[in-house]
Amino acid sequence: MTTLVGTRTITCREAINEALDQEMANDPTVIVMGEDIVGGTGSPGEDDAWGGVLGVTKGLYAKHGDRLLDTPLSESAYVGAAIGAAACGMRPVAELMFIDFMGVCLDQIFNQAAKFRYMFGGKAETPVVIRAMVGAGLRAAAQHSQMLTPVLTHIPGLKVVCPSNAYDMKGLLIESIRDNDPVIFCEHKALYDLSAEVPEAPYSIPFGEANIVQEGSDCSIVTYGMMVHRAEEAASTLDSEGISCEVIDLRTLSPMDIDTVIESVANTGRLVCVDEANPRCSIAADVSAQVTQQAFGSLRAGIEMVTAPHTPVPFSPALEDAYIPSATQIADAVRKVIAG
Amino acid sequence: MSDPDGVVAIVMPKWGLSMKEGLIIEWFVSEGDTVAVGDELAEVETDKINGEVEATSAGVIRRIVAGPGTKYRVQSLLAVLADASVDDAVIDEFIAGFPEPPEEVEGEEAESAYDTVTVAGLQVRYSRVGEGSPVLLLHGFGGDLDNWLFNIGALAEHASVLAVDLPGHGESSLTIPDPSPEGLARFTWSVLDELGIHDVALVGHSMGGAIASAMAIQQPDRVRSLALLAPAGFGPEINQAYIDGFVAARSKREMKDVASTLFADSSAVTRTMIDGMLRYKRVDGVAPLLAELRDAWFIGGTQLVGLRDGLAELRKPVLVIWGADDRVIPASHAAADSFATVHVIDGAGHMVQMERANEVNRLLVSHLAETHDALT
Repeated sequence: MTTLVGTRTITCREAINEALDQEMANDPTVIVMGEDIVGGTGSPGEDDAWGGVLGVTKGLYAKHGDRLLDTPLSESAYVGAAIGAAACGMRPVAELMFIDFMGVCLDQIFNQAAKFRYMFGGKAETPVVIRAMVGAGLRAAAQHSQMLTPVLTHIPGLKVVCPSNAYDMKGLLIESIRDNDPVIFCEHKALYDLSAEVPEAPYSIPFGEANIVQEGSDCSIVTYGMMVHRAEEAASTLDSEGISCEVIDLRTLSPMDIDTVIESVANTGRLVCVDEANPRCSIAADVSAQVTQQAFGSLRAGIEMVTAPHTPVPFSPALEDAYIPSATQIADAVRKVIAG
Repeated sequence: MSDPDGVVAIVMPKWGLSMKEGLIIEWFVSEGDTVAVGDELAEVETDKINGEVEATSAGVIRRIVAGPGTKYRVQSLLAVLADASVDDAVIDEFIAGFPEPPEEVEGEEAESAYDTVTVAGLQVRYSRVGEGSPVLLLHGFGGDLDNWLFNIGALAEHASVLAVDLPGHGESSLTIPDPSPEGLARFTWSVLDELGIHDVALVGHSMGGAIASAMAIQQPDRVRSLALLAPAGFGPEINQAYIDGFVAARSKREMKDVASTLFADSSAVTRTMIDGMLRYKRVDGVAPLLAELRDAWFIGGTQLVGLRDGLAELRKPVLVIWGADDRVIPASHAAADSFATVHVIDGAGHMVQMERANEVNRLLVSHLAETHDALT
């Protein structure tokens, strides 16, 4: 087969669509299911049908037909069905729309999928991927805007992925589909239109490998998802003040590449953990604890956390903007640790 | 860039097609120092690799205008070189009148830098820069045309420089029709045919050196000269752990260990270099393809390909350059041959063209000038 290893600039939305398309073409056991995911040319009904609530699966029905399953509005039913199909040899990708809906199907995820390998002597495999939108910023209010990554990272037996750019979206989604364990794939809704250079050919990025987005010597900023961009913005502001920040994108939260964080802190001596989730038991708190336990001697100042406050996501646009950690807050936190 | 008073601008060099700016790490000279052609003036860091700015003419460093720790766009004025007799006012005027480098339009440069040609149904990415007699640059196992980052610009001042991604490499098609040296040599001749290039000077690194040798043996009447940098095919040994490690590497840690083998000074390996290698390595099908290529060339620490004798019979001008600290193919393979001019460069590893770019460029430029008329 001739495959051009060419690249072009595509959006996160297109990168996810391409990953699903290529894996469905590569492997007949890959199926995609969810609410309103069938859409685009060739699908039943209107030609411009949605293809998922944000159009991520648009056009896949025309290529892969009935391997795309529109499901009833019952997350507990179709997420359970996806997990059951995975236990029986399929590689389903279930689109949960908003991660906030995890509540109604959590038993299937944390009591069933996450436990099968452990409870069946390591012999059971559950290669299911649950895709879900995370994060605030789209004026979608308290029930459609949460960053529930810490809740899922807490559960042994689940893998949790939260990419920040189109290159990682495609490579990590392909890795998620090929992985033999249940993977929760979190897509920040504010990133869908963000573009990056992405190879046309299929490729995969291993789990548990953080990406150093920017090297620096004075302070490490550790984050993931949309906050990577806020951290880069803060680092750029601080650079003009003569403060050099190393920005680390964790990419996968479970497994987590804490070694890269510890190596970075060994160089910078300072750490700011940024998380769009609520502060208690957050990824930021987790990273802070691990660094304190494993690399206390490297720290020249106390660790700072920048997170959302301990409240639901507000509906008021002004309050929602204030809720999401900003580049200004991140820069202030860095200045504080630099001042010691 | 000099004016009638012999005032010469030292500017931020452009290493490679994608370089837009460089960071001055440190100056090796001070104002008032007298320098000779080729003296290293400053160390510059780019997102790909560190390199040295060299004096292009002799004179006195009259003014240093670019400070360490600051980034400057390509073609920005860094320092001014002139004879000691030139008046200070002339220097001031020169600096004041020096043009700001143009802001590049985002994306425009990258698009025009590379091109593709279809050969036997396969896409081949290439870059062609400069005017004059054609020179072809061939990279090594697992590499791509960006391995010539520091060389293309310098050579393009004297020649029409063509660098290609070999099949299965870089951004060319992920298929190798025939992985043998002869097969790759035939394929490369087809690329030149497609581009309408008849006679050529060949420059090859590592596996690319062996492919260049095989090309010369196949069609000697089209080859003006050869320059072989740490070439394969010159002796039996090869660092199999490096080759196998490169084929297997998927994580950053694995790739960093492997890549450090390529340089005498492992600190030359940057994050961007590792990311670039992994972007290629992570594409489906690359690892099995490289394994197939490896098995046609290198097994159990032994090279299956020997080209030395065939090359000796050709009576072509051959320049051989090797890094003394090469940990992939030992520099002992460079042992003096009657048919080749040999330079072993101290303090350089396998990627000698990157690690000692200025020295290698000088050797290549004079080799190309001397052998320009070899076919006529």
